[in-house]
Amino acid sequence: MKRLQQLFWISGNKKISPAAAVLNLVVVTALWVALFWISLRAIQVTLDFRFLGEFHIRIRNGFLMTLGLSLASLALSLILGMLSAAGQSSPILPIRYFCSIYVKFIRGTPLIMQIYLFFYIVGTAWGVSSRFLAGVLILSIFEGAYIAEIIRGSLLSLDQSQLEAARAVGFTKKQTWRFVILPQMVARTLPALTGQFASIIKDSSLLSVIAVIELTQSMREISAVNFRLFECYLFLGVLYLCLTLPISLVSERLERRFQYES
Amino acid sequence: MKVEFRNLSKQYEPGQIILHPMDFADEVHTLAVIGPSGGGKSTLLRILGGLIPPSTGKLWVDSEEIRQSEAALQQYRKKIGFVFQQGGLFRHMNARDNIAVPLEQVHGYGHEEAEERAMELLARFGLKEDAGKKPAALSGGQQQRVAIARAVAARPKLLLLDEPTSALDPEFTTEVLNVIRELKEDGMRFIIVTHEMGFARHACDKAAFLCEGSLMEYGESSQLFSCPETKQLKRFLGKLLQWNIS
Repeated sequence: MKRLQQLFWISGNKKISPAAAVLNLVVVTALWVALFWISLRAIQVTLDFRFLGEFHIRIRNGFLMTLGLSLASLALSLILGMLSAAGQSSPILPIRYFCSIYVKFIRGTPLIMQIYLFFYIVGTAWGVSSRFLAGVLILSIFEGAYIAEIIRGSLLSLDQSQLEAARAVGFTKKQTWRFVILPQMVARTLPALTGQFASIIKDSSLLSVIAVIELTQSMREISAVNFRLFECYLFLGVLYLCLTLPISLVSERLERRFQYES
Repeated sequence: MKVEFRNLSKQYEPGQIILHPMDFADEVHTLAVIGPSGGGKSTLLRILGGLIPPSTGKLWVDSEEIRQSEAALQQYRKKIGFVFQQGGLFRHMNARDNIAVPLEQVHGYGHEEAEERAMELLARFGLKEDAGKKPAALSGGQQQRVAIARAVAARPKLLLLDEPTSALDPEFTTEVLNVIRELKEDGMRFIIVTHEMGFARHACDKAAFLCEGSLMEYGESSQLFSCPETKQLKRFLGKLLQWNIS
């Protein structure tokens, strides 16, 4: 009994043994599968994934589109985030308020509303006809506000004693940024930024509403043709996990690595 | 080296006076600044180190006026070594880089040369094994020895130490004070703000008593400790002796 308990119970910060980890993972996975299976049985659906072969080119294109959208948005939103983080402490008041209103508006409203709204501004008024480009712009404007807060938070948490030490050793302003502020900010923001990249990937799925043929939209179209709704969305989930799980693992590792440094 | 200031004062907000206008002129070899907490000791040391500007007054070092423009102060800080109470090391750099990077970037050392100088100092202060460790992995005493090594690395004209041992356990305190005494024997000039009265009395030639933002007494440290003149210093020293071992 005691040994059985040891397999399923962990107290304090003891290390989980590999055997217990594997066993528990298997049990939990079985429970999940059973839950799905029972639910599907209740509505008399039998899973059939054979259609995947038939549609693999569209799925691949959708997957690549999602990846492309996310990478491009990551780059652009980083720039927007840095600019608006800096802007929020600008001595020029119109810039400061502009950036602060931008961040508050974006963070306070749902992405889907912004997509519809900005699509008419970016797409129609600014004449951006490429849906990819429009999608990247909209997603970057959205994510940029979150990144701005990550960066602003890490700037605020920067220890004043580090800046004083930088002055004391004779660093110029530029050298202080290069050798003290930026390295310490990278250590603080990198885990959170990596996590934000996972969010970008997931949020990009909403761009399907303006008919950007990314992964979600591809799957939606396929399921509209073959009515294999469960299989399509289940597989869609797996594909997103393929992208986001490694990222969250990297984020966790970075967090642990930099814990000791700041 | 001659340190001189006239009418030097500091206040952050109207009414909140940290340092009342004060004058000073003397040749500084080793000077201890003592006094109760909140008396303005650290503020005075930061002004002398060019880290904060005074509200009024002028400062001369070796008869050269220290102008309060950022560019002039930056040049001045290069010639001064500064050790903080704690947290003065760059947290993301290991012990060696904490010393070598400023040498390379600020003082124009070559990369190899800077690392060599850093290792030489670390070895001298008994920290050779710890060169690759980041501050968080070092004890408080080790951190302060690295901080001192960094401050003296570029052979400054003057070393300023702001309560370098007050965040340390007694054994680490001794370890750090020994390092400072060794530097003195090598001819390093320094001003130290400290609560270690034994060190102030025996290891420093001169002592200054700063209380309530005023420079109340200044003189030979043996004289200052044995024959205090002001009632504030008498009271301050009396309190320190209350729990003395002997």
